[in-house]
Amino acid sequence: MSVDYLAAAGPPPAAPPAGLPRLIPACAPADAGADHRSDKQSLAGHLARLGPLRYPARPGGLIAEAEAAGLTGRGGAAFPVHRKLAAVAGQARERRRAVVVANGAEGEPASGKDAALLWGAPHLVLDGLQLAAQATGATEAFLYARRGEELSRRLLGALRQRAAAGLDRVEVEFVQAPDAFLAGEETALASWINGGPARPAFKQPPVYERGVAGLPTLVQNVETLAQLALIARFGAGWFRALGTAAEPGTMLATIHRADGGSYVTEASLGTPLTALLPAELAGPGAPADTVRAVLVGGYHGAWLAPEQAAGLSLSNASLRPAGAFAGAGVLAALPAGRCGLAETARVGRYLALESAGQCGPCFNGLPHIAGALGELAGPRPRRQALADVQRWAGLVTGRGACHHPDGFVRFVRSALTVFRAELDAHARGRCTATDHTPFLPVPAGPPAREPR
Amino acid sequence: MTDSPRLRVNPAACSGHGNCAELLPELITLDEWGYPLLAEGGVPAGLSRQARRAVRDCPALALMLSAPVHSVPVHSVPVHSEETQKLPRRPA
Amino acid sequence: MNGITSSTALWYASRATGVVALLLLTAVMVLGILVNRQGRLPGLPRFGATSLHRSVSLLAAVFVAVHVATAIADPFVSIGIVASVVPFVSHYEAFWLGLGAVSLDLMAALIVTSLLRGRIGRRTWRVVHWLAYLTWPVAFAHSIGSATDMQRGGLLYLGIGCAAAVAAALAWRVTAARRAVPPGQRAARVLAAATASRQLDREQRARAGAR
Repeated sequence: MSVDYLAAAGPPPAAPPAGLPRLIPACAPADAGADHRSDKQSLAGHLARLGPLRYPARPGGLIAEAEAAGLTGRGGAAFPVHRKLAAVAGQARERRRAVVVANGAEGEPASGKDAALLWGAPHLVLDGLQLAAQATGATEAFLYARRGEELSRRLLGALRQRAAAGLDRVEVEFVQAPDAFLAGEETALASWINGGPARPAFKQPPVYERGVAGLPTLVQNVETLAQLALIARFGAGWFRALGTAAEPGTMLATIHRADGGSYVTEASLGTPLTALLPAELAGPGAPADTVRAVLVGGYHGAWLAPEQAAGLSLSNASLRPAGAFAGAGVLAALPAGRCGLAETARVGRYLALESAGQCGPCFNGLPHIAGALGELAGPRPRRQALADVQRWAGLVTGRGACHHPDGFVRFVRSALTVFRAELDAHARGRCTATDHTPFLPVPAGPPAREPR
Repeated sequence: MTDSPRLRVNPAACSGHGNCAELLPELITLDEWGYPLLAEGGVPAGLSRQARRAVRDCPALALMLSAPVHSVPVHSVPVHSEETQKLPRRPA
Repeated sequence: MNGITSSTALWYASRATGVVALLLLTAVMVLGILVNRQGRLPGLPRFGATSLHRSVSLLAAVFVAVHVATAIADPFVSIGIVASVVPFVSHYEAFWLGLGAVSLDLMAALIVTSLLRGRIGRRTWRVVHWLAYLTWPVAFAHSIGSATDMQRGGLLYLGIGCAAAVAAALAWRVTAARRAVPPGQRAARVLAAATASRQLDREQRARAGAR
């Protein structure tokens, strides 16, 4: 199938990237100040690096190619892209109109990959958006990006360049996402673009049926669209050249090193975690002396013990049996000498306050759990506190309109497993930690969810 | 059991009124914050009248009775059972 | 049958059912607000208020129907069927009767949408049900305007009593709405309360430990 697709379109005018990086051309640590002057060249540079965008000749061609490539969503849920495209395309055939949204909200504080991608390769994302629009028959397109003045200016500039070059078949409207953890949730996104608050909604009817303006809506993470744009140029076979058979291709990951540095990198699926956190997991003294625990998958992910993390790879096949998942590629190495419970309690409090406040089990349960975590993170918690957390965790799972309670519980339960040493020490009135500096990034201030 | 309709609640619409738990105590209890906990599995035939009454009497219209599990994929369950027959089959 | 007597009987029937309808509609309003506030009637389970609200509204509809039918059938005043649903077209007391027609239309909308709740979806039902706050005042105005004997004596006190009941229920509704925590702040409130109670607990334990 892949051979036919490419053969019909002719060989790509530019050479496909061999190896890494594929997505962002210069994969240096993302520094915001660098690129203002190269704004004018970014479209030309993009076309020079990757060649022009080619639309598939036959309808459904892109969907078939995405299926052959085995592309899954890079927003965290890893849902097969071809199935989403097909679902929206099917609805669009009946309803005659559809909407596609590039989701770059990145509400997860520890993740920076979407911002880095939108900064470093906006045209690849926008190519993907146009391809998705063509594949689904969409008549409207949105770029939903996280708040940021410089990033917004850069993206609007990119859209203007494309308009001037007549590149976009469907006009793209730029929408700034609100500063909220759940801003990237599909139904919250649809609500925001519709002019309402960014609060998740019950999944009936699903967004692919009734989303933005009541139309069938495709919501796809910006990285997914970028990958799609590469697949459209270079084919499924090329995409599969990296990664594993079950989980092909590459993904962007945000790495938080134990020394406090953080950066975005692109890695093939299946890369061992020791390659991504070399100093922490494979260097001298590693892993016991260098890192207390590794957080995989972000704030809805799971803590892993260092020895366990050292034996795993960046793929769901490797991580799921360990109770974690690749998610949106956040890897954070909590340095040795920190209190894992204190970190968890801090993040837990943030997550609780990010509840949309709609579903009783969530806006009651999460703050209660966060309160108990705060107690467990302090000296001599009541014996009841741990039992309370377990009870409430069972009470909130699966009882929200979105997966916020479930992700929160996964995060908390993994902490209670991995940070046994802290639990025991705190019960005796002591702490194992020598350094109490906060490590994981947590935004200050309440979420801004209401419409402007 | 796979043939019987299932109770579902729209958590965002539910305001913790508690009517449902009183009308259908065999299948619905309230958690410590007053929100419904639904029993697993379908509604047995003997309770279907009470279940339909609980759905009808929910002030927030948050309780729903879905079509039998085996015939409709779970994620495309419609809002109210009466609508099942009118909707086309969705892709899985 | 004496024409005057039957007309008088119909006229009395219309006015009597009208008064009862007003009483019942007042009860429906108060019960509706009670349901919205998740209140309970003493001695009844929680679903009692909901059930009663529904039953009384259907009973009120019956009384309203008889009230309208007897008024139409009464040959003494020319109120046609059309005038009972189309506002302000009646020859007799156009304005006050027109209000009656308005309230009848609104009641019909409320009852029909409520009977078909399952089919029309939550949002539509809610939006229409807000019209209840308009329906009662219009029905009340119709009552006092078109029934002169409500303007003095026992029926006047009845009218005042109904208005007082609805006013009190409305006041309750409004204060509750103003005190309600918007969704964006609910988690923060719960966290504050949970933290405060933990703090109290800690202090108590410390005092208990010190003794």
